[in-house]
Amino acid sequence: MAIDTSKLKELKQTAKDLRLTVIDVMKWSGGAHVGGSLSCMDIMTALYFNYLKVDPKNPQWEGRDRFILSKGHCAAGYIPVLAKKGYFPEEELKSFNHFGSPFAMHPDKNKVVGCDASAGSLGHGLPIAFGMGLGFKFQNMDNKVVVLTGDGELQEGSNWEAFMAINHYKLTNVITIVDRNGCQIDGTTEQVMALEPLNEKLAAFGFDVIEIDGNDMQQVCDALDKAWAKKEGDKPALILAKTIKGKGVDFMENQVPYHYCSGDTEVCEKAKASIMNMEV
Amino acid sequence: MAVNTGTNWTCYDSSTMTAREIYGRTLAEMAKEDKRIVALTADLEKSTALNKFSAVHPDRCFNVGIAEQNLFGAAAGMAATGLVPFASTFAIMACLRGGEQIRTDIAYQKLPVKIIATHAGISFGHAGTTHHCTEDFAIMRSIANMTVICPADGIETSKVVRACMDIDGPVYVRIGRGFEPPVYENEDYEFQIGKATTMCDGTDLTIITCGIGVLQSVNAAKTLAERDGISVRVVNMHTIKPIDADAIIYAANKTKRILTVEEHNVVGGLGDAVASVIAENQLKCAFKKHGIMDEFSVIGYAEDLYSYYKLDANGIADKVRELMKIEVAEDEDWEDE
Repeated sequence: MAIDTSKLKELKQTAKDLRLTVIDVMKWSGGAHVGGSLSCMDIMTALYFNYLKVDPKNPQWEGRDRFILSKGHCAAGYIPVLAKKGYFPEEELKSFNHFGSPFAMHPDKNKVVGCDASAGSLGHGLPIAFGMGLGFKFQNMDNKVVVLTGDGELQEGSNWEAFMAINHYKLTNVITIVDRNGCQIDGTTEQVMALEPLNEKLAAFGFDVIEIDGNDMQQVCDALDKAWAKKEGDKPALILAKTIKGKGVDFMENQVPYHYCSGDTEVCEKAKASIMNMEV
Repeated sequence: MAVNTGTNWTCYDSSTMTAREIYGRTLAEMAKEDKRIVALTADLEKSTALNKFSAVHPDRCFNVGIAEQNLFGAAAGMAATGLVPFASTFAIMACLRGGEQIRTDIAYQKLPVKIIATHAGISFGHAGTTHHCTEDFAIMRSIANMTVICPADGIETSKVVRACMDIDGPVYVRIGRGFEPPVYENEDYEFQIGKATTMCDGTDLTIITCGIGVLQSVNAAKTLAERDGISVRVVNMHTIKPIDADAIIYAANKTKRILTVEEHNVVGGLGDAVASVIAENQLKCAFKKHGIMDEFSVIGYAEDLYSYYKLDANGIADKVRELMKIEVAEDEDWEDE
């Protein structure tokens, strides 16, 4: 089911609004993993506002699809998405990182309403997603499990244990998305610990690898349509989403130092001005 | 020696079965009634005796391959879908290879994963020290939300496996390789998680122990009574966390001497848990920890290692005699005659 033009425009606008909120969160919290939060914002927006079967009024609804932000350090991007979806008032984001707040650098499922898995230690999301997919399949439940990982994160061996297992158990209810922004704390992924040829490696593990521009909303939606249509007997879908770290803020784009930023007011204003120029 | 392994009251002969075999069979019985139960392992279905479970429920036992991180992450994920996963592997792989997944994915998220870890302590002695596990109590008891249990034998393992379904959260159960002789003659005793069991009464000294230490301590108590005229109480502290503080306070007041015996490093294990209760309650008593004295255990068959580390009845009796040399002052709480 192809996405219509007006919905596409709406999603793009939502992603743009959320990028502005990420900058606000960076200010309120005293610092955030802004680069990676911006790179995967189009993907998270498409998921929450067009694909995931969830109900913010009934966050623990058994029939809901599950989303795991394995790159948990990007809570500054994820938690605003949950707020905008209606799990809690956006006003509460102002408490981010402060004493007693449910919101911190990494999300806690027992504190953040709507969050399905505490994450932050990298390489944990995929095994959990595998277990969820296996659990749903075993119980003949049709819930989908979507896991979003970073690319640097794939240097953790546990991911590859889960890649093997998802394919061994042919779990088409698990949709893996890799945010391939190419950067990590100490440099580019290829400088620190090369991942390429990543597409071929993932395909060799058994996935139907759908490689896209992860900042192009049309391509994101097309890929999610394909992934959602997977059925018993198909190869599990993995969306290899090539993105730009810091997407939307011109001076942060593809800049390794903006993995994390404790932006002052001036930086935040400049960042928001840049986002305001994004086309929708 | 009959053991009741489940809801249909089938009996098995516990003296011819290992604790892990009883675990596998008990779980198979439980799963007939409780559809939430599934099992996971990392290429140790046979070694952990989950094959006794999968023989009955082939579609409910999942092997993730040799991948302990994935094992415990997956168990967390399955628990999050409403299932109660029993995840089994060797203790050393569980608490160290999968330790962060147990802490962050299972305990932090308070998910009802039951970790049944086998071949703990020095029970797999001849496998070499890579496969010994004398650190698990220390690791597991310092993880919030975690219940830590070490049953004394197969009969108690069966009771523990059933009882841990009532715990709203994760449980770590440590069993050995399982060729140790049973201590309980039958299932006709009260078992409650967090409530220690008195195995025999005495007035001079209390041994607080768990696991294989229970039978050996009971045997040591018999020897000491016959040969030395020393009256020893033996307390089976099967639940390491939450520890039964009342039982420790009672022991300190009653016998004024406490010896802890554990198949674990004396750093961070049962002994330290007991010591904390003694110190925090300002109890006056002579106290010694006995176990593996902060070293990597040597190689050998388990029986030889128990003897070498004085964890057999003779060795424990020696430790009791040493502790009896310490004079303790009488006071009004002392129930000694």
